[in-house]
Amino acid sequence: MITELGAFALILSLALSVAQTGLSAVGGARRSPVLAGAGRGAAVATFLAVAVAFAALIHAFVTSDFSVANVAANSHTAKPLFYKVAGAWGSHEGSMLLWCLVLTGYGAAMAFFGDSLPPRLRAYAIAIQGALGVMFLAYTVFASNPLARLLDVPVEGRSLNPLLQDWALAVHPPFLYAGYVGFSVVYSLSLAALIEGRIDAAWARWVRPWTLAAWSLLTIGITLGAFWAYYELGWGGWWAWDPVENASFMPWLIGAALLHSAIVTEKRGALPGWTAFLALAAFTFSMLGAFLVRSGVLTSVHAFAVDPTRGVLLLMMMGLAAGAGFLLFGLRAGSLNPGGQFRPISRESAIVLNNILLSTATAVVLLGTLYPLIREAMDGEAVSVGAPFFSLTFVPLMLLAFAVLPAGPLLAWKRGDAKGVARKLWIVLAAAALLGLVAYGLVQPRKALASGGLVIGFWLLGGALLEMADRLKLFRAPAGESVRRARGLPRGAWGTTLAHAGLGLFVLGAAFETAWKVEAAQALSLNDTQQLGAYTLTLTDVGTVEGPNYLAERGIVSVKNKAGTEVCHAEPERRFYPTGGQTTSEVAICPSLLDDIYIVLGERRAGEGGKPAWLVRAYVNPWVRLIFLGPLIMAIGGLISLSDRRVRLGVGRRAQEVVS
Amino acid sequence: MRRALLIGLASVALMAGAAEPTERLPDPAQEARARHLFKEVRCLVCQNESIDDSEAQLAGDLRQIVREQVKAGRTDSQIRAFLVERYGEFVLLKPAFSAGNAVLWLAPIGVLLVGGGLMFGLLRRREEQPVELSQDEEERVKRLLEDD
Repeated sequence: MITELGAFALILSLALSVAQTGLSAVGGARRSPVLAGAGRGAAVATFLAVAVAFAALIHAFVTSDFSVANVAANSHTAKPLFYKVAGAWGSHEGSMLLWCLVLTGYGAAMAFFGDSLPPRLRAYAIAIQGALGVMFLAYTVFASNPLARLLDVPVEGRSLNPLLQDWALAVHPPFLYAGYVGFSVVYSLSLAALIEGRIDAAWARWVRPWTLAAWSLLTIGITLGAFWAYYELGWGGWWAWDPVENASFMPWLIGAALLHSAIVTEKRGALPGWTAFLALAAFTFSMLGAFLVRSGVLTSVHAFAVDPTRGVLLLMMMGLAAGAGFLLFGLRAGSLNPGGQFRPISRESAIVLNNILLSTATAVVLLGTLYPLIREAMDGEAVSVGAPFFSLTFVPLMLLAFAVLPAGPLLAWKRGDAKGVARKLWIVLAAAALLGLVAYGLVQPRKALASGGLVIGFWLLGGALLEMADRLKLFRAPAGESVRRARGLPRGAWGTTLAHAGLGLFVLGAAFETAWKVEAAQALSLNDTQQLGAYTLTLTDVGTVEGPNYLAERGIVSVKNKAGTEVCHAEPERRFYPTGGQTTSEVAICPSLLDDIYIVLGERRAGEGGKPAWLVRAYVNPWVRLIFLGPLIMAIGGLISLSDRRVRLGVGRRAQEVVS
Repeated sequence: MRRALLIGLASVALMAGAAEPTERLPDPAQEARARHLFKEVRCLVCQNESIDDSEAQLAGDLRQIVREQVKAGRTDSQIRAFLVERYGEFVLLKPAFSAGNAVLWLAPIGVLLVGGGLMFGLLRRREEQPVELSQDEEERVKRLLEDD
């Protein structure tokens, strides 16, 4: 019954989003507040209807209603409740419904919080958001309905892949989708502004908060995904340049470029066309990601079930949305007011450079991801493009961007003082170089390239801290003055510093971990030991444990340091899930402040003298925590900027009321 | 229950990827070189993994081939060429610098140059802008001057 209600609500939401589009579009064109208001109401109603459908799907998962095809294919009675709920978005159909939920949620948010937007721009933006809703909801209803019933009801479900039964993975899709689909708002705002033919500072002030929100949430989503890969897959890596990872990374890169160019458009009125272009591109890349993950055109470790028909439909939807966007852009771009002027040495120029490098990097990721398809179409040759390609192309581009980054926020708008900035920054450069040299001298084995990577990391971190110190006049003015300045500083400034510092921490972690990871693997019988760098590992016991929906062999590994004190009592497991017949390894991680000792229990084999032995694989991953902490700090920086008075949603209106 | 576990765990033999101790070469320098090469070689039957990471049987076989060749003193490029001849270009995760892959390797530089060119153009145009008058404006200036 509840399932039918959900299915009905889903179809209703499609009808409502058609109404949202029509009413808002006509309301905008005829400047009718009544029609536009009805369109806003329809936008909120669409969201509520999708929410009902989504709740019905969660209900079906929680109650293990296997008459629903999607539940039967992806759930199991023995699964813990948390993963039953998460199962609602674990499949293709469910995740598309989540996509629709987020899309209509953003539409409702625009209807709710958009009072300070010019009425016509707002009506058009809501109409376009509605049109996107029509497209994706129609797809969900007709081509991938998650609430479809089965005639032949199975007694038990087929369960979710055990690798996916994990908290980080369970919560990362909502963040990812909130990010991906958040770019739909800037897409709608751009298209609406292009229809109106006016892109200016006021428009950019509206684009910024949505971009910040989408980008920050996407950052959290990608970081959670990388963290999951790190501790769940048991190979110790966190990024593999897999097509699906790239699919999430491209909108992130373009989003980062958009964040910066929107500042220029807001503060200086410059680059309006380019900012609008990036806004269209960001959502296009989000849709491209949805297509790549679901169509099966690229082989990937984590693609959804392959279905060519759905792939074609998704490709058509992407083509339609992107085609309409870029066509209008092409027609209107020439007539946009180019806005404020600036000199080659200025903050605008620094941001343009940032944008060129980020866009080029995105193009490289796109090309690398699609190249196997291109080459196959060209001469039928099957090729692979993997991590080594991206290390040689993407990484240098980013290093170039990082090299100039600390100068950016220190430069003045319009006309910057290169010498002044150099006078401020030389100390950071000197300190970063010194720390890099120390690392080169002290850390064994000696690695020049990785030490260089550390210099870049320290340069970013130091540059961010120096910029903040400069704003606060730290050590140059009395402490009271600095405190007063800190209080008065806009939150956006704190956000910038945090985001750039977080990037520095990430670079430090990535460089250190990649270069100085220690690995050891040996078959151990009970009470055998092996050496892992400075640590000694002893396998003291192996026992059997029974989980809620799995059986496991659990090893006890005692880790001792050079002094012989136990620093870690690790319990890695190998789990067997009888329902699906899969085996997974549950890694044991002993964290310290920055490093991890990472232990994997392998399969049982015959050891010396016929005694049973287990393969124990272990790593010391130095500074690995920074790899996840850095992006998290970046996201927090973004969210703090979002809370800035100037960009906070709806504040503009209240401020205006106070003035009038 | 315990029986089911043992059968279950035994039925899917997980190996340790390239870390598998029984596969290792005795000479640490050679082993390091082999490990470096593994990262560039695709596990052909896997979705998108190098033979360094993969636990599949075929990845183990490929590792053995690479280790044997390293042991026999072949150079990195000889080993790569051998693998390509045997399995096709698909086996390399870093596509060769060849005419066929020119697009892939040159495009990043191309895009960067175009971007740099656009920026240069933008800055130049911006600087000249205030000086330049449109044709209409020039005519108006002329008219105004002639009127005097």
